[in-house]
Amino acid sequence: MLKAVILIGGPLKGTRFRPLSLDIPKPLFPVAGLPLIQHHIEACIAVTNLKEILIIGFYPVTQLQQFINDMQSQYKVIIKYLQEFTALGTAGGLYHFRDQIRSGSPDAFFVLNGDVCADFPLTELYEFHRERSLTSLMTVMSTEATRQQSLNFGCMVVDKTTQEVTHYVEKPSSYVSTSINCGIYVFSLKIFNFMGETFNIKQEEYYKNDNGNVNKDAGYLQLEQDILTPLAGTGKILALQTTNWWSQLKTANSAIYANRHYLGLYKQKHPERLATGKKAEQCTIIADVHIDPSATIDSTAVIGPNVSIGPDVVIEAGVRIKESIILDSAFIGERSLILHSIIGRNSRVGKWARVEGTPSDPDPNKPFAKMENPKLFNNDGRLNPSITILGCSVSVPSETILLNSIVLPNKELSRSIKNEIIL
Amino acid sequence: MGNEGGMRALILVGGYGTRLRPLTLSRPKPLVEFANKPILLHQVEALVKVGVTEVILAVSYRAEQMEQELTVEAEKLGVNMIFSHETEPLGTAGPIALARDHIKKSDKPFFVLNSDIICDFPFQKLIDFHKAHGKEGTIVVTKVEEPSKYGVVVYDDKKCIESFVEKPQEFISNKINAGLYVLNPSVINRIELRPTSIEKEVFPSMAKDNELYAFELEGFWMDVGQPKDFLTGMCLYLKHLRNSNQDKLYSGPGVIGNVLVDSTAKIGKSCQIGPNVTIGPGVVIEDGVCIKRSTVLRDAVIRSNTWLENCIIGWKCSVGQWVRMEGNTVLGEDVIVKDETYINGGQVLPHKNIGDSVRTPQIIM
Repeated sequence: MLKAVILIGGPLKGTRFRPLSLDIPKPLFPVAGLPLIQHHIEACIAVTNLKEILIIGFYPVTQLQQFINDMQSQYKVIIKYLQEFTALGTAGGLYHFRDQIRSGSPDAFFVLNGDVCADFPLTELYEFHRERSLTSLMTVMSTEATRQQSLNFGCMVVDKTTQEVTHYVEKPSSYVSTSINCGIYVFSLKIFNFMGETFNIKQEEYYKNDNGNVNKDAGYLQLEQDILTPLAGTGKILALQTTNWWSQLKTANSAIYANRHYLGLYKQKHPERLATGKKAEQCTIIADVHIDPSATIDSTAVIGPNVSIGPDVVIEAGVRIKESIILDSAFIGERSLILHSIIGRNSRVGKWARVEGTPSDPDPNKPFAKMENPKLFNNDGRLNPSITILGCSVSVPSETILLNSIVLPNKELSRSIKNEIIL
Repeated sequence: MGNEGGMRALILVGGYGTRLRPLTLSRPKPLVEFANKPILLHQVEALVKVGVTEVILAVSYRAEQMEQELTVEAEKLGVNMIFSHETEPLGTAGPIALARDHIKKSDKPFFVLNSDIICDFPFQKLIDFHKAHGKEGTIVVTKVEEPSKYGVVVYDDKKCIESFVEKPQEFISNKINAGLYVLNPSVINRIELRPTSIEKEVFPSMAKDNELYAFELEGFWMDVGQPKDFLTGMCLYLKHLRNSNQDKLYSGPGVIGNVLVDSTAKIGKSCQIGPNVTIGPGVVIEDGVCIKRSTVLRDAVIRSNTWLENCIIGWKCSVGQWVRMEGNTVLGEDVIVKDETYINGGQVLPHKNIGDSVRTPQIIM
């Protein structure tokens, strides 16, 4: 029997995902028509003999309960939300809920960071780990990055023949390796012994040193610095390199990128989720597009590629949408153009409006390039070009242009906006 | 001095019309259509109505296309058109001296017009005024809001001009020279055949002799020599049409305000055209297009769901679907704008293919 843990953090995390995370927890932000971590859940339930999924974070239960109920009824495995009393770090949460994870004695458990998106090769990862589980405590999924970008990730030196991780540094300041940690792991239960030792040492230090970090809880443990780094070189961590698509989802920019890739994955796995233009939605579709069945779309609209349209959205005549996410109950007035943008829940775009952003996709000319997560502002203090984001219940007047701008929720705009953040 | 036929008019066309590029790269400025009629013909038609029988165009370059086309138009109007070529630029007064033989064929007063001026050309009133005061010359003056940008004309209660003041810092008058004059043939004796300015040299000396009067223009006036003013002038002209000749304006579904549409243009469904739009002959506007305060010249195609404001779309251009253009964008002849692009203040040279958005005003070579 197998289990999986999805680490989702809490409301103080994911600030770079604002304003989209202002009214919906980031793990529930819809990408390709599904809440972000539902893609994790689907990857987990595809693994044979996986019986339980535990979601760990410090969001209030009320924000996740409906989602957990929906998931529980949709999939035939046990899905639970375990709320940390405070931010315990990526390993602290695992250790805190170790009894829940250990109960029923699973052969192993997966751990998935909630803010990555990928074509998760979980079965492959488990098979690899199982064959080597006599000596190893964990297997990390790794992927290749560019030399320059590797510094933004956890870097691993991996022995080519044994695939042991011989050295691990989280976000090094100088080059270590182009093999990076994907935030996707499989653990043997024995890992809790090592976590326990580490936990005890940390506790002692915490109470011994008056100058300890008072902002962090005594049980605060980070998987990367507190577990991976010390275990590297002991022969107890292995790495499995994948060439599948993988990306972090830190900023709103990456939601458009993730949307495109998840839609692409539907072609093989869930073709029924892709719009064809032949069924209820009679408009022109340029693949890949996901349209919720409850959306109303005029037959003269042209949608795609890489567009997701949420429930109860209304799209009028002559609208063009490309590389964008339209969230539930949004309204797009006739003849408008939406390009590289996210339209928030309940927002309204008038007629002949142009809502346009600039994508920051991985450099297609560099092999293994990852999504850049540029800072919001450049060195001159000006806004870097980014996708355009409308928070929820924003209204855009007819005939205006919104270019590379971010509009916070509940704003009624009265003019065109270029390269601005509207509070 | 003879008395041959009717009155003469001299129109100062001058050079290449660089201020109205990129349009003038394809067509001489006098032939660029303003409200669906070449700029120059607005003036010539008004001149013919008051009995002008010969129009002399003072040009500083040879343009066979212009000469041929204008000769054809002149024949239709029953007016004789003469091209007076300067071998070197002669300023605003020199061309008058150069054309002296033509002008002196008649002893009637003659008109001198700057070719970029659009107004409702009240030439009959102007002649009557000129004859009434009986002096050598009359300058048409028009009221402006910010006289400090111009040279102003100072005159007395009887409209006798006292002086000209360049860019006055303190307010002395809000009347400026409108670029339209009536002069007696005797004025030619005041002008030497050399590069010289009528405003700076000839008029001040006439004013000194109390030989120059000001005729106050009522109604609109615009120098349409550059794109921004071309569009402003179009708005004023269409408003004037609304008041004077409403039947010429277009009315149909989706039309807002003053709109001029050639009868051979096609407009699709669910469009919003206007206010202040001119659509030329053979233009095709597809469904769901919104156009405001713009001129679309002959044979251009605007594809569906596109939005235009403050644009001049050149002849035979093709503007794609879901395009947004604004900010005094001027497309030269035969420019192709790809679907979904955004052009803000672009000046696009002829025969260009625009595939990427132009988000800040610039010239596209």
